[in-house]
Amino acid sequence: MLIDVHSHFYTEESGRPDWLRLNERRLAVASRIGITAQVASILGTWGRRSPTYFPSPDDVRHANHAMAALCRAHPRAVYGYCVVNPNDTDGALGEIERAGAEGMIGLKLAASRRADDRLVDSVVEAATRRGWPILHHVWQHRRREWPGQEASDARELACLADRHPDGHFILAHLGGGGDWSHSLRVMRSVENVWVDLSGSGVDIDMVHAALDEVGPARLVWGTDLTIDTAVARLRYLDALGLSDHDRDGIQWRNAWDLFVGMAHHVGH
Amino acid sequence: MSVTDVAAFLGAYPFRPGVEGSPDALLRHMDRLGIERAWVGSLPSILHQDPAPANRVLVASARPHRDRLLPVPTVNPEQAAWQDDVNHALDEAVPAVRMYPGYQGIADAGPEMRVAVVAAAAAGLPVVLTVRLEDSRQRHPLDTAAGPSAAGVRTLVRLDDQVRLLVSHADRAFVEEVHFGLTPAEAGRVLWDIAWVRGPPDDHFAHLVRAIGSERLVLGTGLPLRLGETAFVRLELSDLSEREQARILERNLDDWLRGSGTP
Repeated sequence: MLIDVHSHFYTEESGRPDWLRLNERRLAVASRIGITAQVASILGTWGRRSPTYFPSPDDVRHANHAMAALCRAHPRAVYGYCVVNPNDTDGALGEIERAGAEGMIGLKLAASRRADDRLVDSVVEAATRRGWPILHHVWQHRRREWPGQEASDARELACLADRHPDGHFILAHLGGGGDWSHSLRVMRSVENVWVDLSGSGVDIDMVHAALDEVGPARLVWGTDLTIDTAVARLRYLDALGLSDHDRDGIQWRNAWDLFVGMAHHVGH
Repeated sequence: MSVTDVAAFLGAYPFRPGVEGSPDALLRHMDRLGIERAWVGSLPSILHQDPAPANRVLVASARPHRDRLLPVPTVNPEQAAWQDDVNHALDEAVPAVRMYPGYQGIADAGPEMRVAVVAAAAAGLPVVLTVRLEDSRQRHPLDTAAGPSAAGVRTLVRLDDQVRLLVSHADRAFVEEVHFGLTPAEAGRVLWDIAWVRGPPDDHFAHLVRAIGSERLVLGTGLPLRLGETAFVRLELSDLSEREQARILERNLDDWLRGSGTP
């Protein structure tokens, strides 16, 4: 089995004329490389009608609705994260209820509000009550504000995780840009945060450091926007000669244990 | 024919203490991936004002494995008597030389680079230019050197008909800006590695093959900084024919070096 915990799709409102080809290509490549299930999100309208990381209420609803439709079209192969903008707190809580009823199995927090801001608490509590893990977009060692997002880094995610010891968090795309060594040092001791290896970065030492600092029990595999880099990491992990237990944990079992909704859909 | 990686390195890189830069480590990666030969640059030389000592270490490190590790020494056109480094490169029968104008504190197509690139060309040596070594978002706060620009590459290629540039770690936009900003004859003197070109679902790599032709592309991994698997997976997922993949992995570099890759 192979579970991708960080995937994305597009809609006709995503501002990309090739949106359908991109979706079909992702599904085809996933099938080709043996991805059993992918947990995906759509970030609003990807900047077309409202900013990618600050989606409007309409765009949040549009994205989650489209994501739910993709899940229905590809049962047991595609699962959905509910995307919210915590600044619209009532809307976010309502969206979690609605998306839950539509079968979503996780919450995606991107960069609408800093992770350590208490405004995020009620949203996290709602997701945790449903048993959803929370995939949190992270800038690995944010040294300054970056335009277009209110990005969080590992320290800020750790604050959130500390305030919600019953919550299960996933630090997004360790290879997605920034100083991954900073994130790994933070995550050594934050036991309710798993680390998603996805991203375009394929530093060899990042893979070794992730295994050493966080350990295979808290690593999960994902693709994000670049599938070839994710497959490369998978092959390298295979080449390292990990035990079957550790390799399976990273490839699927850790994710399977995190996403309780997945088992519910499969019927176990 | 054998698979050659044009973008591998030996030595320590101060910003990445976890990178294992020994010849043995690199050869282990190459064996795992089926890479027969690698053009190897010196990582420490990138940050040295005088690259000669690091070049000597590079050549000595590669010597026991010379059938597989081909040193590509660094030339700093801003350093006194840089011509000596080109001559030493010739003495060692290396396949190319590397220049890092951003790290060397000179303009990417300024007077020093122009003279050195033409001198290398006159000596029959291609010049390797590296657009980036790491994602800009992860670089050390003091590691701010600019990579060569597309305009700079175009300028250097046009200097002389003998100039040949191998541009490493460029993305799709950079490649297209240079390629379509040159005449076919000029573009034929530029070769690109595939180290930093995205695969699916955006499929920038497949797009580039269609746009500029597979003959313009060669294998580059970035080993041991980056996973060598990536370039191979990129090829596999591109839906290129086996013949085209083999061309990128094995033939294009030799054709280009012989001059038959030029339209």
